[in-house]
Amino acid sequence: MTQALKENPPLVSAYLPRAAKIVEKRKLTDGETWFRFTFPDAQGVKYLAGQFMEVSLFGIGGAPISICSAPGQRDDLEMCVRAVGDVTRAMHALNVGDTLALRGPFGNGFDMDTVAGKDLLFVAGGLGLAPCRSFILDALTRRGQFGRVTILYGGRTPKDLLFRDDLAVWAERKDAEFFVTVDRPDADWKGRTGVITTLFRQVAKSDPARTAAFIIGPPIMFKFAVLEALGRGLGKTNIHCSLERRMKCGLGMCGHCQIRNVYVCQEGPIFSYADVIRLREGI
Amino acid sequence: MLPKVLSKDRFADFVARLLGGGRVFAPVAKGPQFAFAEIAGPDEVSRIRMDYDISILPPKKLFMPQRETLLTFKDKGPEGVRAEVKSQPTAILGVHPYDLHAIATLDAAFSKGARDAYYLAKRGATTLIGLNVKAPANENQFAADMNAIDPPAGGYDLFLTDLGDRYYVEISTGAGEALADDDMFTPAGAGDHKGKRAYDAAKAAHFTRKLPYDTRYLPELLDVSYDSLIWEAAARRCFSCGTCTNVCPTCYCFDVLDKLSMDAHSGTRERIWDSCQLEGFAVVAGGENFREERPSRLRHRMFRKGKYIFERTGRTGCVGCGRCITHCVAKISILEAFQQIADQVGA
Ligand SMILES: Cc1cc2nc3c(=O)[nH]c(=O)nc-3n(C[C@H](O)[C@H](O)[C@H](O)COP(=O)(O)OP(=O)(O)OC[C@H]3O[C@@H](n4cnc5c(N)ncnc54)[C@H](O)[C@@H]3O)c2cc1C
Ligand code: SF4
Ligand code: SF4
Ligand code: FES
Repeated sequence: MTQALKENPPLVSAYLPRAAKIVEKRKLTDGETWFRFTFPDAQGVKYLAGQFMEVSLFGIGGAPISICSAPGQRDDLEMCVRAVGDVTRAMHALNVGDTLALRGPFGNGFDMDTVAGKDLLFVAGGLGLAPCRSFILDALTRRGQFGRVTILYGGRTPKDLLFRDDLAVWAERKDAEFFVTVDRPDADWKGRTGVITTLFRQVAKSDPARTAAFIIGPPIMFKFAVLEALGRGLGKTNIHCSLERRMKCGLGMCGHCQIRNVYVCQEGPIFSYADVIRLREGI
Repeated sequence: MLPKVLSKDRFADFVARLLGGGRVFAPVAKGPQFAFAEIAGPDEVSRIRMDYDISILPPKKLFMPQRETLLTFKDKGPEGVRAEVKSQPTAILGVHPYDLHAIATLDAAFSKGARDAYYLAKRGATTLIGLNVKAPANENQFAADMNAIDPPAGGYDLFLTDLGDRYYVEISTGAGEALADDDMFTPAGAGDHKGKRAYDAAKAAHFTRKLPYDTRYLPELLDVSYDSLIWEAAARRCFSCGTCTNVCPTCYCFDVLDKLSMDAHSGTRERIWDSCQLEGFAVVAGGENFREERPSRLRHRMFRKGKYIFERTGRTGCVGCGRCITHCVAKISILEAFQQIADQVGA
């Protein structure tokens, strides 16, 4: 036997999912819906900010979706899903009380303890706010463990803004700075207009060596936001992002998520900008 | 375990013995080429072509079928979902050393992390009977460079070398020992050992090295060739058809798809072979394609073969079987690419 075969084959398939029940569902925008799930097996779930689940609707398929609720050991988890294709559209058609299948959590996630004591700068673009919310909620829940907390959020139009209840709460908080902008305002919009990089002007100067940035959004937004962060003197290892790839297994096997020799489903999706540069094919 | 000898007069008895233990697959003619096919019974022994040069598809298809069921579901799940981890005792007869190396690579790849129950169950129920091969099947093979002309240590149960009227039988596992515990096998004597030595000497002479460097330098040479123009040049002819990955014994990328039954409620979740050479392989929702350009896909394949798989598993990602070259309509050659990268540094 080759060395690899000396152990017995595993008895259970890594593709077997857990049932999860939709206990809350709310439409956030025309295209995005928020869900809260619990687990009928009462086993709960433990995850880090930045991790994701593989959602299955049998007969339709699977899709990797970020967890958007605060990390930790919990009974429930939340997701925000944009309807773009077969699985995500079918998810939108589900109702409270329905069950679907989840595998995971997958991915490296990010342990916020590693940036304790630092100033935190969150930069979220579009749907990137979903994974970013997990980081933000964690930081705000144990607010005392971090320095200054700044949140920048950019959406295409006011109608596209996600988690408006949260945004209102963040705007009210005295212990966090929150700025939001839209690319295209509508008649009712009284806030800032412009791409997200314009918000960097609002950010108070901080010691770059003691600052950690989390820039999560579409690749194009990341490219420009990262320049702003670098311009403020942040080190490449202190800038973190989340990379999206096609994913079919979450197990480091199917090859779809591979960037050079890195499996995003396992070693990502959270990478430092230093890693993104090293990967070359990252963004 | 000391080597034994199996007289060719007893070959049919040997196959019958294998058939007593389960299914038997062996090389048979398929048109002018060869394929691993099931030998249904003793009366089919004559179909077995122990003189085959190379099979079209490697034996990989028996551990990782082109299409296999991972799960079955009823009422659209998630309740009533069942894992279909299945295997049946199977012997594969006549596996050449380079394919044994490829199986060892897949063993390592599928044993990582979550360990793939489907592959490992099938693999664990398989007896591998290797077969020595004296000369390359064609000019596309470079197995000597990939250190894959001798079988991998522990990578087979029995390993046969054709000595004319008899097979020299090396035994590497307990299962192999049990199989060879029969009076059709006799202890190898001095003449047999000498015959085996002569065979291997002839083999070494026939399998000339084709790369100008030792393959231990291959991962690093690829690394410095990442921006080379050779990927662009080769990819100009590529059709992105995925044939090269389908015939490769160490390629294991896959897709996962659901299939609904006629009742539209029950069905299967299936794993099917996929290819990093296909245009949509790295497309995400919204249409962004992370390896949109052909050269980047071709380079990715060759880096997986020459560098990534090795770095992940400690086993070679390419065994030099040459199948991807033989079956490529555009005649794109990984051997040529591996030769050219040496010039990137020396020039
Ligand atoms: C780590 C990670 C986290 C994510 N988190 C979230 C999240 O929190 N919320 C969220 O809404 N989404 C998230 N996504 C994106 C989400 O996974 C995809 O939107 C989802 O997989 C789409 O699945 P679908 O079945 O709905 O769409 P599909 O039916 O699979 O197709 C959607 C679109 O993908 C493209 N496409 C699909 N297959 C092909 C192909 N073969 N060739 C070319 N184009 C193709 C097309 O543009 C198509 O319109 C995340 C993705 C990753 C990798
Ligand atoms: S290299 Fe050849 S076999 Fe592979 S995808 Fe391109 S044309 Fe097809
Ligand atoms: S890359 Fe080509 S030569 Fe190497 S193992 Fe695969 S098919 Fe054989
Ligand atoms: S999703 Fe399959 S390897 Fe990462």
